[in-house]
Amino acid sequence: MQITSPAFKQNARIALKDAGLQKALGNLKAGFPVKRAQAIARLPEFDALRDEARDLKNHILENLDIYLEQFESKVQQQGGHVHWCRSSDEACKTILDICKQVDAKTVTKGKSMVSEEINLNDYLEKNGVTPVETDLGEYILQLRGDHPSHIIAPAIHLNLEDVSEAFHQHHHRPKSYDPAVLMQEAREVLREQFVAADVGITGANFLVAETGSTLIVTNEGNGDLTQTLPKTHIVVTSIEKVVPTLEDMTLFLRLLARSATGQEFTVYNTLSSGPRRDNDQDGPENFHVVLVDNGRSDMLGGELQDMLRCIRCSACMNHCPVYGAVGGHSYGWVYPGPMGSVLTPQMVGIEKAALLPNASTFCGKCESVCPVRIPLPKLMRHWREKEFERHLSPKAVRYGIGGWAFFAKRPGLYRLLSRGSNLALRLLGGRKRLIHRLPLGAGWTDGRDMPAPSGKTFMQQWRAKQQAQQKQQHTQQRTQPSSQEQQS
Amino acid sequence: MPNAERSPHVALFVTCLVDMFRPEIGFASVSLLQQAGCSVEVPERQTCCGQPAFNSGDRASTQDIARQTIEAFDGYEYVVGPSGSCIGMLHHYPELFEATDPWHTRALDLKARAFEITSFLVDVLKFRSVQSEFNGQISYHDSCAGLRELGIKTQPRALLGQVAGLQLNEMDESETCCGFGGTFCVKYPEISNRMVENKTANTAASGADTLVGGDLGCLLNMAGKLKRQGHEIQTRHVVEILAGQCELAAIGESEARKPSAAAASPYDLAKQL
Repeated sequence: MQITSPAFKQNARIALKDAGLQKALGNLKAGFPVKRAQAIARLPEFDALRDEARDLKNHILENLDIYLEQFESKVQQQGGHVHWCRSSDEACKTILDICKQVDAKTVTKGKSMVSEEINLNDYLEKNGVTPVETDLGEYILQLRGDHPSHIIAPAIHLNLEDVSEAFHQHHHRPKSYDPAVLMQEAREVLREQFVAADVGITGANFLVAETGSTLIVTNEGNGDLTQTLPKTHIVVTSIEKVVPTLEDMTLFLRLLARSATGQEFTVYNTLSSGPRRDNDQDGPENFHVVLVDNGRSDMLGGELQDMLRCIRCSACMNHCPVYGAVGGHSYGWVYPGPMGSVLTPQMVGIEKAALLPNASTFCGKCESVCPVRIPLPKLMRHWREKEFERHLSPKAVRYGIGGWAFFAKRPGLYRLLSRGSNLALRLLGGRKRLIHRLPLGAGWTDGRDMPAPSGKTFMQQWRAKQQAQQKQQHTQQRTQPSSQEQQS
Repeated sequence: MPNAERSPHVALFVTCLVDMFRPEIGFASVSLLQQAGCSVEVPERQTCCGQPAFNSGDRASTQDIARQTIEAFDGYEYVVGPSGSCIGMLHHYPELFEATDPWHTRALDLKARAFEITSFLVDVLKFRSVQSEFNGQISYHDSCAGLRELGIKTQPRALLGQVAGLQLNEMDESETCCGFGGTFCVKYPEISNRMVENKTANTAASGADTLVGGDLGCLLNMAGKLKRQGHEIQTRHVVEILAGQCELAAIGESEARKPSAAAASPYDLAKQL
């Protein structure tokens, strides 16, 4: 997938003018956040669960190696295989090798953001294996040659008309605008693919160390068909998904569904524990787990470790006013919104992604809704510090902040500067006290006026008042004794 | 809790925007604090809290400014400012220094003494005798840093509830960012513009004639947008209303005028058509 994060500003500009996208983003705003709030209102212990989840994740990250190895040996005991992959390339090659071993022509895929992260579809296609997305949103995107703009609602940027058009073109059936008809159409087309697939690839929401199980949550049931029908099931996921026990998993499931869609529980919660056993009715013959690192272990022990608590619920982007204005594609890579603004610089490099952690007002809404209490603004600020340290910040910012800081450290000079600026702004404001066009400040005045200062600086006025008061006191002191003398 | 026998000794943190753009807020703050029985001083050596440097990733400058601010406010019982954002920044100071650094201790000490003004009046002083009148309908914007870093939500409303004649019309999404965000508004002007458009639309829909908030950065942003769109809605800092200073011109206005919800702006009319 091409990285367009360096063009964030242009992407955003186009997105703001895209009427269809804006309509779709309006639907998002009226949907997930409202449902989340309702679900949380029904669960008084929600905040206590968040604390518990944060602490448990911290414990897991402190002992990640132990839990991962426990998970690995359990999977192996059950006849499955675990593959450790440092990079996207390694992960893609590993998956392709497995596909080749079973001579796979087509693979069905459940929704997996890690597979987007490693750009798996492109890789498989280039190497003669056809991937078929089975999550409805992902399937629509695949037909359109598009990418997810959201981590749980990948086609949230589209409207009904877009889906209708894509289906009409690819399914060669009469055009319909009825969601039920479109759904049935997708079901029929995908059913054939499910049966024909040689390999099923899914992601994992959690890995359970004590049982060697992988878990996916879906609302469509496509994940179940993807992982049970083909002879080979490959789970591609990342290392921070492991949890110690099944009970621990349920804590996260309670938080995940509510934070994501406002559901009490996701419709399908499917555990896979190795290949089909002798007395099993169904299941794959081969079971592989591909564990992707891709920069994650570098985050351990550092400032970004908190980000590894993320359970990919999407609450941060659902509530982010910047995401809500520009949509996910503007961010230019796989993970959008606040969580993406922290992860993308780690995975593609701060040189390419510096605009993302800057594209936040630090309003703090993301942190306030995060089910595992990730301090997202603090982590975005971390990247801004890295950018500044490495002299990657734009010169205007660097010199601007440097010059201003020079004065802010020197109160005497600062007073002179604020007095001068105050006067200049008052002159610009004129009698109306309103600035319509500010030299060097077009960023402000293109879209709004700037109220001019209403008078001299506070410090000037305060000092003048104090001096006047002192003078008054002096004169009173001087006149009082003489009047007393006269009286006596 | 302050000792009832003597007046709490308060240093006013003016904040650079109030100093530069709207001194009225500084004077209203002094007046309110005095009404609440405080003795107020304005330390000469204060400048800016350093937030622009902090949020631009310039940690070295932020530390320098933090040290200078800590010194400027040394020795005062309380440090109070009319801004959740700037006081919130003072609360960030401890994280700028290693735990073993003496400045860390001093930063913690400042943090414990630093309060946003409505929170200081309500939570610390239990001040319940606002002497003010305002005949109009207001809507309140909860500025982000105050709301989410300092927990300021009920305090300004409790104080406004004591103002005679005032009616509060809560707007939709009062807790959603207005798009100011310090340098954000000039680094990403189009996105900021969209966010403030949402805010002015929600303000207008509330039917209020005056938009009130507790942070001047946000207020300048929203007032500037309301003006550009031709709205009649006035914008004021909460302390101006609490201190009974509404005979002065509102933010971005050249003269005082009575708030009037009835006077529909050309923008509102155009939307209705």
